[in-house]
Amino acid sequence: MNKILLIIQREFLNRVQKKSFLLTTILVPLIFPAIMGVMIYIVVKQSEVTNVKTIQVVDDSHKFTFKDSKDFKFKVITGSLDAAKVAYDSSEDFGLVYIPPFEISDPKGFTLLSHDNPTIEQMGSLEGYFEEQVRNMKLEQYKVDQATLDALKTDISIRQVTKDASTGEEKSSSSGLIYGVGFVLGILIYMFVLIYGIQIMQGVIDEKTSKVVEVIVSSVKPFQLMLGKIIGIASVGLLQFIIWIVLSFGVTSTVLASFGLNTPQKQMMEQVSKQVDQADQNSVESKAAKNEDLQKIIFNWSQLPLAKIAAVFVFYFLGGYLLYGSLFAAVGSAVDSIQDAQQFQFPITLPLLIGYMSLFIIVLRDPNSSASFWLSIIPLTSPVAMVGRIASGVPNWELALSMVLLIAGFLFTTWVAGRIYRVGILMTGTKVNYKVLAKWFMTKQ
Amino acid sequence: MEALSVKNVTKRYTNHVALDNVSITIPEKSIYGLLGPNGAGKTTLIRIINQIINRDAGDITLFGEPLQEKHVGVIGYLPEERGLYKKLKIGDQLLYLAQLKGMSRAKALEKSKEWLKKFQVTDWWDKKVEDLSKGMAQKVQFISTVMHEPKLIILDEPFSGFDPVNAKLITEEILGLRERGSTIIFSTHRMETVEDLCDDIALINRSKKILEGSKKQVKDQFRSNTFLVEHHGNSFSLDPSRYEVVKQRLIEGDLYATTLKAQQGIKPNQVIRELIEKTEVSSFQEKLPSMADIFIGLVQGEDEDALRKHLQEV
Repeated sequence: MNKILLIIQREFLNRVQKKSFLLTTILVPLIFPAIMGVMIYIVVKQSEVTNVKTIQVVDDSHKFTFKDSKDFKFKVITGSLDAAKVAYDSSEDFGLVYIPPFEISDPKGFTLLSHDNPTIEQMGSLEGYFEEQVRNMKLEQYKVDQATLDALKTDISIRQVTKDASTGEEKSSSSGLIYGVGFVLGILIYMFVLIYGIQIMQGVIDEKTSKVVEVIVSSVKPFQLMLGKIIGIASVGLLQFIIWIVLSFGVTSTVLASFGLNTPQKQMMEQVSKQVDQADQNSVESKAAKNEDLQKIIFNWSQLPLAKIAAVFVFYFLGGYLLYGSLFAAVGSAVDSIQDAQQFQFPITLPLLIGYMSLFIIVLRDPNSSASFWLSIIPLTSPVAMVGRIASGVPNWELALSMVLLIAGFLFTTWVAGRIYRVGILMTGTKVNYKVLAKWFMTKQ
Repeated sequence: MEALSVKNVTKRYTNHVALDNVSITIPEKSIYGLLGPNGAGKTTLIRIINQIINRDAGDITLFGEPLQEKHVGVIGYLPEERGLYKKLKIGDQLLYLAQLKGMSRAKALEKSKEWLKKFQVTDWWDKKVEDLSKGMAQKVQFISTVMHEPKLIILDEPFSGFDPVNAKLITEEILGLRERGSTIIFSTHRMETVEDLCDDIALINRSKKILEGSKKQVKDQFRSNTFLVEHHGNSFSLDPSRYEVVKQRLIEGDLYATTLKAQQGIKPNQVIRELIEKTEVSSFQEKLPSMADIFIGLVQGEDEDALRKHLQEV
């Protein structure tokens, strides 16, 4: 036992003391906030220096009265289109719009002539401008005033409530929030298992190729060495993960704060929604409605069983890692180089990948379907699938069954992997296929 | 007292028997040569003694106790396939390996500094193995094998890859360790090592032990009372019922070399006495078989009598 602790400690220190650990641990949480920061910066800058374009208009329909919009300044040209075209060539203006005579019910034939290709946003804005003008003409034609129109606007938001059949307890929920929580947690587990699983494999291959392994197994049992390595790397992963969460949170808050958004999440989101409202004056949704949405999110967030989700997440985080970690160790023990490892790596990553894909295709879309149920029960896919479902509320018996099976699963894979590992690490230069692996597994020692 | 006793140990794999009823006895404070061609089963036996793999049958006792897990710390093992953690500092490496052998951290620290000082390489503590030359890494490897003061040291081809300077240094250390009470097992097929260092040997071939004993016993076993005489003039006659001239060749001028086989019971002194009456003796020596000859002969499947005959003629 003492020796396993020594190995865990060594494996942990080996990785934590590396410069690359420090680098990735600090850089990764900086990358996302940095991208966010750059994007916000660009958006803010752009809205500050919106380039108002001048558009020349030849209006043969004589239906419009032009008011400048936030993107465009209109300059009405009288005279023929051909003359206007010739004049446009020598002007610096952005474009020339030709409006032919048209029926209000069927507006067509509008043309934009420009020197440079307009962007999608510019086209959208220009089209939007004309659409609104024509719409107003129609309203007038049908004798509808703006007040009536506003009164017609309807916004219904359905409050979701789930009722637990056994306890009769009712809870507010939000499928969007549930989706988001499942999405993030599922991806985290998938990434963690894959990244650190491959680290285990790499570590085993290193020990094998540097030939230090025979010295080590003359001091400790191969199984102890394998377990020590798996747990040691897991603790590196956990540490890194915790640092990431703390740093990401801290840095994100700092970045947002530096753009004038206050740090506490609630205030921050209110600020964002206010800004959105201000920027978007034509928005149909009122500010009040926005705030209501936000309150709903915060309310629903508080309604989620956060402690339970966190506990379940940590369990599947570790369970999934241990289940796959020992398999990665077995693969590492069987080969002499990382290149050789690929053929054996595939069948291991396949179920992990299936779990990951079905997270999007099945589990998040319908967490309570029978496919989701099975995916979250079978140990190979359950780590990703179960955390994808957990926020939507999983019956306790399903959770218990899945957890017991995951523990059984990882004991089983560790046992199988251990049997292959103990033989594999002492075999160099053997050409390994599945038959050989089976033979190693059957070997008594 | 015996340091190690292996009795009737057998190890089977699916397709072959790696060790077939092998027994060896290693006296305490001796240097014991475990010989045999590649694939004979030496490494399997060594791994069984190190408890890296299990035996199918047989008993092993180490210093009077049945071999068990706690003995890991009593043994120091330098495998043929050896190496160190490339990215780990020498100091950490030595501490780690010694602690895995059951040494306390404080003791390991003291011992590793002591050994680095002994090899005059105290400045290596913070270096990584990948920054060392091969010879330097070998020294570190040797230190890691012996620094936990094992009573039994198993060295599998210890000199392979060592340059002569390091080989000499290591040889001196090995002899020193024996002086201080360690028992040493050499697994090798370098016969000069065996001739120079080993007190006792065992020869393993095709999973079986075919020979064991002290170096002297083994040589005596293959001794055939054959003498090599250099003398002047080719004609001398000895009693043909007691002596047999195996071969004679001219060296130069009238100097000849004759190989004589004397009957059992005739002592070298008597041979000399009879020879000087008959001829001018220039040199005289008993032909003792070299370990290499015995090794090759036995491994090539000769039985003892054939080998003895073969050895006379070499």
